[in-house]
Amino acid sequence: MIQKQLITGDNFVLKKLKIIIKILFIYPIIIVSANNSMAAEGLDLLKNKWSFEGLFGTFDRASLRRGYQVYNEVCSGCHSMKLLSYRNLSEKGGPEFSREDSKNIAASFEVIDGPNSEGEMFTRPGRLSDKFVKPYPNVQAAEAANGGAYPPDMSVLIKARKDGANYIYSILLGYEDPPEGFELDEGVYYNKYMPGHNIKMPNVLFDGLLDYADGTEATTQQMAKDITTFLTWASEPSLEARHKIGFKVILYLIILAFVVHLSLKKLWSRIESK
Amino acid sequence: MSEEKYIPKSKLGQWFDSRLPLLSLAHHLRDYPTPKNLNYWWTFGAILTFCLIAQIITGIVLAMHYVAHADLAFESVEHIMRDVNYGWLIRYFHANGSSMFFLAVYVHIFRGLYYGSYKSPREMIWIIGMLIYILMMATAFMGYVLPWGQMSFWAATVITSLFSAIPIVGDSIVGWLWGGYAVGSPTLTRFYSLHYLLPFLIFALVVLHIWALHIPGNTNPVGIDIKQPSKDTVPFSPYVAVKDLYALIIFLIITAGFVFFAPNILSHPDNYIKANQMVTPTHIVPEWYLLPFYAILRAVPDKLGGVVVMFASLFILMFLPWLDTSKVRSAVFRPLYKIFFWVLVIDVIVLGYMGAKPPEGLYLLIGRAATIYYFAHFILVMPILGFKEKTTPLPISISDPVLDSDTKTTNYR
Repeated sequence: MIQKQLITGDNFVLKKLKIIIKILFIYPIIIVSANNSMAAEGLDLLKNKWSFEGLFGTFDRASLRRGYQVYNEVCSGCHSMKLLSYRNLSEKGGPEFSREDSKNIAASFEVIDGPNSEGEMFTRPGRLSDKFVKPYPNVQAAEAANGGAYPPDMSVLIKARKDGANYIYSILLGYEDPPEGFELDEGVYYNKYMPGHNIKMPNVLFDGLLDYADGTEATTQQMAKDITTFLTWASEPSLEARHKIGFKVILYLIILAFVVHLSLKKLWSRIESK
Repeated sequence: MSEEKYIPKSKLGQWFDSRLPLLSLAHHLRDYPTPKNLNYWWTFGAILTFCLIAQIITGIVLAMHYVAHADLAFESVEHIMRDVNYGWLIRYFHANGSSMFFLAVYVHIFRGLYYGSYKSPREMIWIIGMLIYILMMATAFMGYVLPWGQMSFWAATVITSLFSAIPIVGDSIVGWLWGGYAVGSPTLTRFYSLHYLLPFLIFALVVLHIWALHIPGNTNPVGIDIKQPSKDTVPFSPYVAVKDLYALIIFLIITAGFVFFAPNILSHPDNYIKANQMVTPTHIVPEWYLLPFYAILRAVPDKLGGVVVMFASLFILMFLPWLDTSKVRSAVFRPLYKIFFWVLVIDVIVLGYMGAKPPEGLYLLIGRAATIYYFAHFILVMPILGFKEKTTPLPISISDPVLDSDTKTTNYR
């Protein structure tokens, strides 16, 4: 056995390498599962099959555009998205509105700018370079208008929750009447998927709430799906590029590993046959 | 080392080398005699050197765009992710790179433990290595604070508050660390400054680590001394260099898997919520690679005791060359130590798992037991084993037994 181990033979080397790779994976996975079980206090979330999941996941362009419409007509009343600019709407990998459309979208908002040469603040139509206009001027104003609860900024919301996409999707579809005996505070709603089941946000999605520009029927589920897709893109605008480049990088590395392994074998055969 | 003296061929080379022996150094690094029976566990030294350099380079680029201010840090990180060309790639590589760095360093340390790499005459290599490891943890911790998310803020609060356990001067030290009465912008800027400084200290220590290694040369899986150079060794380049390169590529494939397809899986979602001192997260957990020590910290019911025990768990490793009394280096010939080695590995993983769990009930109990075992391994098992254990016979050289018994391989051609 020991003598065998002394040989840097190929089979042995590969076996060792496999063990190393396994170890490299196992530890983080144990820890991640420890974290997961910690988060799984509530109900199992609704799981949707998202187009952006998986190694080749991309966003459903039409869904992203509908999602923006839902944000614009429903969510943006309370939730800001301060990390996004109107120019992002026409960037590659996003909703990919035409530049003209994005310009029009931006121009439909009033932006406070200034001070001008007289020292006065003024409003002007939005431009592509402007950040998404916020519904409230500051956190305090937002809290005052929403019963003391701050509607969180949604720019990175998906990344800020465990299993973010399914979580947001579940919350949006999780409103129901509280079960008997459940004490609900004033100004709070019951949500099946919210930790503690208390949520300050009312149920906002109803069938036929809006007319989709592309004619899709605006069911509650459809809207929940579209806005979740849109928010996922907002959190990870580089997701498509990441998947695409990642595939190429790994393919390249595998080929490189193969070539280097061949030269390695050739090199070491000199030593082993001595 | 018994290497022949290198003399450059050209006149200019001789002139230069006699004044600054860089050419001799390059020659030494190229021809450095390496045991030919090194297995893939030995490739992690090269992998770690790569990790450090990659972290420094990506870090320098990130520092060009990052703003160390409590009001702006969080947004500036997202600015890097959104507006800087390939900023997402650089930042995800840096963030996951730190995890991969620690994975590699743990493999490297446990390899040292298994093959007795810390034993005479390699004590200095081991001690410098441990200093590097401690600096790495400090650097990683401060780097984790920079994005200024909820976990950043609260991890900084929890860890810096530990120093308040020091009697008399504790509170003053904490105030000094914070630069104020709570974790805030002054804390962030000093962490940023130190996070930029420490990697270069680590780099300097790595140079010493490699220097100290090149005095006695590598140990090997069999753990017996070998003549250098001899038929038992191969020159570093190309043999070992290409092997290290191959292992590095495999390592990079795994890294790329994380960076491109699961960039946030190893971090906590709460860190994408901007730091808020009014809201405490339900569970404050450090990054996974610090969890075993977090578990040790919490295993002790007393705050000061916890801090002392946690630091002791690190510094005890420095004394390992003297705690291990066995004359035999490699665990290959130590049947009992081999078992205890794997028990220690499991013990550390268990500690890591308990570090991720809330410190209550069974988790706390197991965490305490694992902490006691951790110390017992170094204080009791290692010294006693050296005297009691019956080791199996060592081969005379690393190539002779191979040639004698395994004729198949020798006649392979």
